[in-house]
Parts: sequence; C-alpha cells; structure tokens
Amino acid sequence: MKKKTTDKYILEMENVSKTFPGVKALNKVNFNLKAGEVHALVGENGAGKSTLLKILAGAYKKDTGVIKLDGSKVEMTDPKHALDLGISVIYQEFNLIPNLSIAENIFIGRAPRKQKAFVDFPELYNKSEFFLKKIGMKRDPKTLVGRLSVAEQQMVEIAKSLSFFSKIIIMDEPTSALNGSEKKTLFRIIRELKNKGVSIIFISHIIEEVLEISDRVTVLRDGNYVGTLNATDTNPREIVQMMVGRELKDFYPKIEVKRGEVVLEVKNLTKKSKYEDISFQLHAGEVLGFAGLVGCGRVQVMRGIFGIETPDRGEVLIKGKKVKTKTLLETIKMKMGFVPEDRREEGLILSRSVKDNINITKLPEINSHGFVKQKEEENIANDYCKRLNIRTPNNKQIVQNLSGGNQQKIVIAKWLAINPKILILDDPTRGIDVGAKNEIYSLINNLAKEKMGIILISSELPEILNISDRILIMREGKITGELKRKEATQEKIMRLAALRN
Amino acid sequence: MDFKDILKSTEFGIFIAFLALCIILSFANPNFLSYYNISTVMKQVSFIAIMSVGMTMVILTAGIDLSVGAVLGLVNVLAALFINKFGLAPGISTALLCGTFLGFLNGIIIVKWDLPPFIVTLGMMNIARGLALVITKGWPVTGLPECFGCLAEGRLIGIPVPVIIMAIIYILGYLFLSRTIWGRYIYASGGNEKATWLSGVNVNKIKVLVYTITGFLSGLAGIMLASRLSQGSPITGTGYELSVIGAVVIGGTDLMGGKGSVLGSLIGASIMGVLANGLVLLGVSAFWQQVILGLVIIIAVAGGSMRRKLSMKGEK
Repeated sequence: MKKKTTDKYILEMENVSKTFPGVKALNKVNFNLKAGEVHALVGENGAGKSTLLKILAGAYKKDTGVIKLDGSKVEMTDPKHALDLGISVIYQEFNLIPNLSIAENIFIGRAPRKQKAFVDFPELYNKSEFFLKKIGMKRDPKTLVGRLSVAEQQMVEIAKSLSFFSKIIIMDEPTSALNGSEKKTLFRIIRELKNKGVSIIFISHIIEEVLEISDRVTVLRDGNYVGTLNATDTNPREIVQMMVGRELKDFYPKIEVKRGEVVLEVKNLTKKSKYEDISFQLHAGEVLGFAGLVGCGRVQVMRGIFGIETPDRGEVLIKGKKVKTKTLLETIKMKMGFVPEDRREEGLILSRSVKDNINITKLPEINSHGFVKQKEEENIANDYCKRLNIRTPNNKQIVQNLSGGNQQKIVIAKWLAINPKILILDDPTRGIDVGAKNEIYSLINNLAKEKMGIILISSELPEILNISDRILIMREGKITGELKRKEATQEKIMRLAALRN
Repeated sequence: MDFKDILKSTEFGIFIAFLALCIILSFANPNFLSYYNISTVMKQVSFIAIMSVGMTMVILTAGIDLSVGAVLGLVNVLAALFINKFGLAPGISTALLCGTFLGFLNGIIIVKWDLPPFIVTLGMMNIARGLALVITKGWPVTGLPECFGCLAEGRLIGIPVPVIIMAIIYILGYLFLSRTIWGRYIYASGGNEKATWLSGVNVNKIKVLVYTITGFLSGLAGIMLASRLSQGSPITGTGYELSVIGAVVIGGTDLMGGKGSVLGSLIGASIMGVLANGLVLLGVSAFWQQVILGLVIIIAVAGGSMRRKLSMKGEK
C-alpha cells in the first residue's frame, strides 16, 4: 500500500505564522506532504488546524513563512487560486446544493456549454459519470443531491475535487457524520486515491482512525508545531499526550457507584416506523449506555422519552410517576434533562451570553412576580463556570465565541441547574477536543456519584464501553440485547447491533 | 454594564448620530430648539414610538407585525363610536380591549396554524382597515366630548400628555425586556427558537404575548390619535407600520431576531421624527422628505450590518 509514496515533497510549509487580533493562531509551523501520502493533522480545538487548512485553501493569507508546491514558492491569493494550483478542501459542512443533481453540483459554475449559453447535459452527465466511477460510486449523476445520504454527499464532494484534477485533497473531519460501514467505504476511497498518487491531508479528532488511515501524523498545540510521527511507530497514548501537552492519567475514568432505586421506567414505548416496544429501567447512580448503528432508533427513543417527538404508545414513569402529556414541558418539571446531539442548533442560543444560556432552564425558579433575581442568576452562572471549568473571560461572553468543549459544558450546566434526577446525553463529546472529553467523562462520573441516573448515547463505541455501567443495544428500532459493564466488548456489541439474529 | 460596554453598544452609536442630527438642525434653523418646536416633535414622535415598543418585542422574536397601522385605525374609529355611546372611560377601555384582542388573534393564528407572521399580519392589516371602513362607511366619526381632547392636547408640568404616556410605556417596556423572565424568553426564542423550546420554555405563549402587547399599544396610540384629532377616522394610521418598523430597525434591532432594545427603538423613532421636522423647517418639500427618510433607513441598516461584520472579524 505504501509503495506509491515517494520521498519527493509535493507540498512544503516552513515557519508559517498567522496572527489574528489578540491571538497567535499559528506560530512557525512546519508541515510537508509527499506525493501519494495520507498525512493527518491533529490537535485540540484552537490548536491551529483550521487556520492552517484555510491558508492552504487560500481563504486566509499567511503573515510570514514559505509555502512550496513541487519545490517552487507560491503565494495563494484566493480560494480559486488554490484550486487552480491543485489543492481542494472538503469542509465538514459540505458545499453542495441539495436541489441540484450530482452532476450539476460537481460542475457548478463550469458546466460544459453548447453555443455558449446552454448547458450541454449529455456531456455533463458523461463527465460526471467518469469521476463517480473513479471513486466507485454507483449513482446516476442525474440524482438530486438532497436525496443522497451524508456519506454519498461526501463522495460527491470527493468526485468534485477530482474533477479539478487536484493533487492535494484536504478533508476536515470527514468521518464525523459517518457510521461504521460508511467509514470503511471512505477509507477504501482514500487508499485508492493514494495509489493513484493523490495526497491527502486528513483532519480528525478520533486518534484511532487517524492511525488506521494515515502514513504520518503531525500534531499542533496552541498554534505551535509539536512534531511529526510515522503512524506505524506511535500509539494513541503518545499522540494524545503530544496534543494536550501533559499525560492524561486515565482517559476514561470510572468510579463504581452502588446503584439506587429506579428513577426512570419506560414501558413498551412505540413510535411507528421509528422504534417498537422499548422497555427498560434506569437506576439512580447508574450510567446506562445505548449502543447501535446510526439509524437504529436510539436517538428517536430518547427524544420520545424526553417528549420532543411524542411517542404513539407506551408509558414513561419518572420516580414511579407517570408522565401524562409526554411533552418536554412536563418531563422537565419532573426533573429530566436532555443534552442534544447538535448543540449549536438545539442546545444553545449562540447569540446570548453564558449567563443567559445557563439560566434559561432555571428562570421559573429564580424570579419574584416575574422579575428575575439577578443576583441569583449571576451566582448560578459563576458557580457552574467554576464547577465545570468553563473557560470564558466572564459570564457576559457571547456563547458563539467559545470553543466546542466549553459550549458543551454550558449545555450540561443549564440542565444541572435544575438538579435533574435523570440526564440524557446524546453524543456529548461530539466534535470537542480531547481535554474537554476527559473532563466530561469525569463529570458524568461525579453526577452518577451524586445519585443521578444518566443515559449515554455516543458515536464512539470505546466511550460507551468505558463509561457505562450497563449497555443496551438497539437494532432497527428494537432493543436486541443488554450487556453488563464487565461482559461487554466491542465485538459483542457489534454483533447485537449489526447482525440479524 | 461598565462605561466601555456602553461606548461599544449599538444604541450609543445611534444616539451619537441622533445628537449630530440635532446639532446640525439647531444651527441650520434656530427655531429648532424652541420649546414649541421640541414639544411638537416629541408629541408627533410619541405615537410611532409607543407602537415601536411592541414592534421591538415582535421583531426580537424574529417576527413582524404589519397590522399595527390598521389596528390603530380600527381602534381609533371604535374609540370614537364607543365614547359617544357608552361614555369616556367605558368607551376607551372597550376600544383598548378590541386592539388587544386583534393582537392576540394575530399571535394565536401564527402559533396554532404555524403560519409566517408576515402573511398573518398582512391579512390582519387588510381586515382591520376594511372593518374600520365598513363600520364608518368611510366617514369620520365626530362629536366627541371636549374633555377627551385633554388626553392628547393636555400638559403636565409643561410636558405634553402623550410624551408622558410614551415615557411610561418605555420605562415599562424596558423593565419588561431587561428584568423579567418573559423578557429573557423573548430574547432567547429570537436567538434560537428550537433550543429555547428544548429548554422547556413555552415559546408559543411568548409569541402570543408579544403580538398581544403590540395590539394593545397600537390601540393605545389609536385612542390618543382620536383625542388629538377629536374624531375617529377610518384612514388614520395608514402606512404607520412602515414608520414603526423603520424606527425599530434604525434603532439597531436585528430583523433576524434576538438582538436589539427598546432604547434603540426610541432613538430610532426620534431620529425619524426630528428628521421630518427638520426637513420641514428647512423648507424641503414633503415629497423629498419621503425619499430622504427611505435613504436613512437603508443607511442605518447598512451601518449596523457593517458594525456586525467588523466586530465578528475582531473576534476571530
């Protein structure tokens, strides 16, 4: 697989620096790329990965330093220029238009023409087909992009990059929205591209997959270059250590808590064509993990229990009391909290302050005749900033300006503010840096110790395996098995999650 | 909020623009600063400004209310009719109730049928204006008792009553938005409606509330105008919705919701009032005044959006 990799550098970045008002985003960073190499770029949020990426993409201009392509110096002026030089970027948020076809998306703004004014559709579809075939995608180029799965949309983005005859493709967190089998397909495509001599810069938070796919790994921390390692000579522990600059003693801390009484009981919960006959119990002090493939219905079940999308049948009992309306206005009053997967869309009011966001659930309690008790509001915000180690200049800071990890802590804080008995966490560590992940694991432990019942959904299996006391596995809308912490392994979970009988 | 925050705030920027405008006008025409002129301007501003408090709340939730001018017109007519029929106090309160109810209806239709506020209030604008014309057959309602005129023409310690009413409404509006939980919810649901609902806030109630408040305030302005002209006319307040929205937008409130304040809207309404007055004093024709007001609205919004872009760059 590595034979295509030559020792000639196709891209070299030397001592590249970039300063924004008040922040040194990149400080004399070095990075190079061989032809046909997958080179991963890792680092915590704010380490400078995005800045580096945007400089290569021509979106930002570097302050100092040298960039060489094929040995000769270049200055990227704008994104179009970078594209012409053979560098394309696949951002985390795709740049696709859902109501246009695959072919129209690939050749947007540069479709083949007839008599200058009309699109030459047969030619357009032929050309698109050619690039789709290159990555083994068997879709009709006439299909609307909006009809495609996230994974397929990503493949369209890759085909688009190839259509520019790019020699360097930068992928920013390409696996974050993919499930296991889609990830395998992506990796297969990456390996094929590599064999054809295309170089790939792979940016990801998930160290295991970085090591699986890449030849070399470069680590950045706080805008500084920490080092470059061969993927075969290193291990996740070493990389994490380089990323955070200290050794994380126990990445998945776990305290055994004696479980208490039942705080949540779900009986035969059903929503047509989403999930069926879901029954389980959650105890105080217990962390109950829900595992399953994407689309298995576990997220819908949680949204049903919390009362976001009302289930058709079944019962939810909180501390033995039935939830009558099955809406979230009632479950919240009964002390249930829900940390949604998409914190920007569903968890936070980005334009408001840290203080306002933390207190939004608490306002019914901290007012007299409707007037907010501002002193208490202030205290609650400061208290949670301290307890959860939320790094913000002050509680008036607009949430938009904080890092993903700190934002996630604010979402958790707003639920802790109501002293919940049950807390549902839907992928709480998604897209946040390693240090903050570790802090959230410790927090989950502490909450369990304080006798809270916790339900955990995660896209990362190791997380569920290491944090949960008990794991329920779902497939196609049904619970297919239950494993105790001691007996659970990745293989056992995958068997229950993926295989029919 | 310390001094630095005040200097950086949108409201301060608009206030400086307002001051500059006043200074220029006072040099251009010494009559501008006379007691008579100032009190006339403030009285004129008060009607638009009172409605702007409600409109600010509506726009903060990312909504819009196009029916304010028409509701004003209908209440204006109803007030005159009811006062003639039932007497002063019962007449005023019944008319106010009608305005409030129309606002409530706007809100209920928007949340229950999940319709865009633009369309619902556009419909309400036609309904209210149409009803005013139907009821009066297009004629003004006259014969109002003389004492009713005091509401708009009277003075307390030298200040016109409408200006006092406006001040009270602004103080209440300011306290409501900045100090109460409902104010917090209004900002929150405009910032991110889904996240606010998922935090257990009954967002629909909040929406109904802001349209109801706006209906009430439009009604109040309608009654004050009836007092001022000592008649109820079905065409009163035609086009006011645009002045009110203009005042709120000049005041820096974001049409996308979640950002803004009544303080800004007060300054916005004042800028529009002073500008109109100044142009009259300078002898500019009424037709040109419209053109200039339109330009000011666009420039104000462009300025706001530039500030936002600049501040975003600074934070990156």
